[in-house]
Amino acid sequence: MPRRLMDGSEAIAEAMVAAGCRFFAGYPMTPFTEVLEHMARLLPAVGGACVNAESELEAVGMAWGAAATGARAATGSVGQGISLMQESISEATRGLIPFVVLNMSRGQADYFQATRGGGHGDYRTPVLAPVDITEAVELVQRCFHLADEWRNPVVFYGDYYLAHTQESVEVTRIDFPPLPPKDWSVDGTTSATGAARLVSPLALAKSADHEDTSGLAGYGAHLRQVGLRIAEMEAGIEPLAETGFLDDAEYVVVSFGTAARYVRYVVGLLRDEGLPIGFIRPITLWPFPNEVVARAAETAKALAVYELNLGQMVDDVRLAASGRAPVQFIGDITLDGSGFGISPDYDVDRLRDRIRAAYAACLSEVS
Amino acid sequence: MRIPIVDGRPDVPASLVDDFAPSLITGPEHHLCPGCGHPVAMRAVADVMLDLDIARPSIAVLGIGCYTMYSGGMDIDTVQALHGRAPSLATGVKRMQPDALVFCVQGDGDMVNEGLQEIVHTAARGERVTALLLNNGVFGETGGHMTATTVLGQRTKNTLDGRDAALHGFPIPVANLLAQLEGAVFVARGAVNNAGNVARTRRMLARAFELQKAGAGFTFVEILTMCPTGWFVDTREAPAYLGDHLASAFELGVLKDVSAPA
Amino acid sequence: MSSVVLSRGTVVIKTDMCKGCELCIDACRPGVLQMTTDERNHKGFLYPVLSPGCTACRACAQICPDFVFQVWKFDTPVDETIDAEVS
Repeated sequence: MPRRLMDGSEAIAEAMVAAGCRFFAGYPMTPFTEVLEHMARLLPAVGGACVNAESELEAVGMAWGAAATGARAATGSVGQGISLMQESISEATRGLIPFVVLNMSRGQADYFQATRGGGHGDYRTPVLAPVDITEAVELVQRCFHLADEWRNPVVFYGDYYLAHTQESVEVTRIDFPPLPPKDWSVDGTTSATGAARLVSPLALAKSADHEDTSGLAGYGAHLRQVGLRIAEMEAGIEPLAETGFLDDAEYVVVSFGTAARYVRYVVGLLRDEGLPIGFIRPITLWPFPNEVVARAAETAKALAVYELNLGQMVDDVRLAASGRAPVQFIGDITLDGSGFGISPDYDVDRLRDRIRAAYAACLSEVS
Repeated sequence: MRIPIVDGRPDVPASLVDDFAPSLITGPEHHLCPGCGHPVAMRAVADVMLDLDIARPSIAVLGIGCYTMYSGGMDIDTVQALHGRAPSLATGVKRMQPDALVFCVQGDGDMVNEGLQEIVHTAARGERVTALLLNNGVFGETGGHMTATTVLGQRTKNTLDGRDAALHGFPIPVANLLAQLEGAVFVARGAVNNAGNVARTRRMLARAFELQKAGAGFTFVEILTMCPTGWFVDTREAPAYLGDHLASAFELGVLKDVSAPA
Repeated sequence: MSSVVLSRGTVVIKTDMCKGCELCIDACRPGVLQMTTDERNHKGFLYPVLSPGCTACRACAQICPDFVFQVWKFDTPVDETIDAEVS
């Protein structure tokens, strides 16, 4: 489709449809609502279905059911609504059920929810956090690819700015490497054939490379196998990050999403002032780009994490740095009166002052 | 007076009238309690699907309860749901596979406690799925505690003196609730405590499935099943207990049928 | 001498599947099923045995939770009278 000025919500919806998403369900919540609106408009025209679910809980259930039939399915909400979906998201990892969950979050305080999950059991979901609408259009398509490749729910971490600002974008379908057919999915045609299929989080059918997980004793084996896939995903999904000015950086600011848009711009300004500052922008929040951070921690005097919350990604940065360099948290929550994640701190001057001051404070501590 | 037990077909000319188990139920040996009504209901469902030749394409969505042992125990494509969530999963399934016969199987704890919101909305939306409620008035799998359909006076693990309205409120006749929604085109309540009720329940199931195939809307069959363990009664008393206590509180019969002649 | 009892059908009973719930006893319309009194299956349950007079009504198969019964209808009714002296 031709390049045009679009709201992020619309661009993301167009990109989802381009990726082959044919089922969407959601419950209105600011700033996610418009994604639902656009999907409701777009899906019927391509033979898909969009359901205005009566609760977030039902929305994720519907996406689960649609995904079980082999369709590309998605749901979305905002942090609080995603909280309601946690049981289903975590349980779906046990059934190897692929769907995409969009969190158009209010600020950045759902990092733990996205990367650790508030669900039960040993599980992870890949998390992709775009910095702008152009990247979002690519990443949301990658979400569907990853979900199908790993048969796991995948989280797309957006926010108010992404949903409600406009950019000139061209939504084109990205061709990812081909995936095997979904011979595990159900469409009803294997019923009454002696070979009916089961899509279940409780047990996997016995197959050549899995031990028999039927029966209660097998359930533990089933959970272990599901858990092993976490390591497989970590090894098999290439962590993505954008970096800048790292070669000689003494001070590296780590940030993601919209915050990172400001941080990378501000770091450029501080470089112009002659300060040896660099930045890292994790794009995959899980798997986290540990190596990039570890390498930076080897040469920098300190790392700083700027995020619009009270300290969440900073934990992952500390883990990745493994003590090679001190890690400071320089983020905070500042919100305007709407509470929707519009931050007075997303301001070039304020952020520049903040980072400059943090760097200066760091120098006096470290030297 | 006793006839020797025949192993295999009789040695005089005869035709098979009813096999041990319908072909759609692949794991006839289960670990449910003696006298459990759930297998009786599941057999009725399977028999009706075979009689109407609608087993393919069909997709079952199962909830969590004693009946979950049928997950993987049927020759029916199955999606296993979380407790309470079968109707939303069934919605997603049917929207993507509109030609398949899609039906949920849930117990009363699953559907009327955990999942009341889901079944009401699915019915209101008129989703073209058939929801089946196996109602025995207890949370069987977790030990026999009170559910939203436990009838007044019924002893359960946490209403040992019998459900008392003053302490525990009133049961929810969910089929009657759903019958009031326009999206629901067929709503019926059957039981499996005797052969006559089984036969009537089978007719209800047939009607529900036929209406789904016709694209008429949401169909619902509540099936009262025996739970002698949960009811603290002997297996032989359970059918009478069902009739006296459950069926008296929840009327049996077809509550709504938009296709019936006026 | 026993009176003639015509059976219109018969059942095959998988006695080892039975859990002794006795629902079949009350369900059986001609009342030709009786539980054993001493013999138990390998699970330890009493199980049903058939007397002459089965009508192949299928009520037992329909009501049995453990799918113990297989029901046959004879092409022509069979005299299954058992001589009292012989049994």
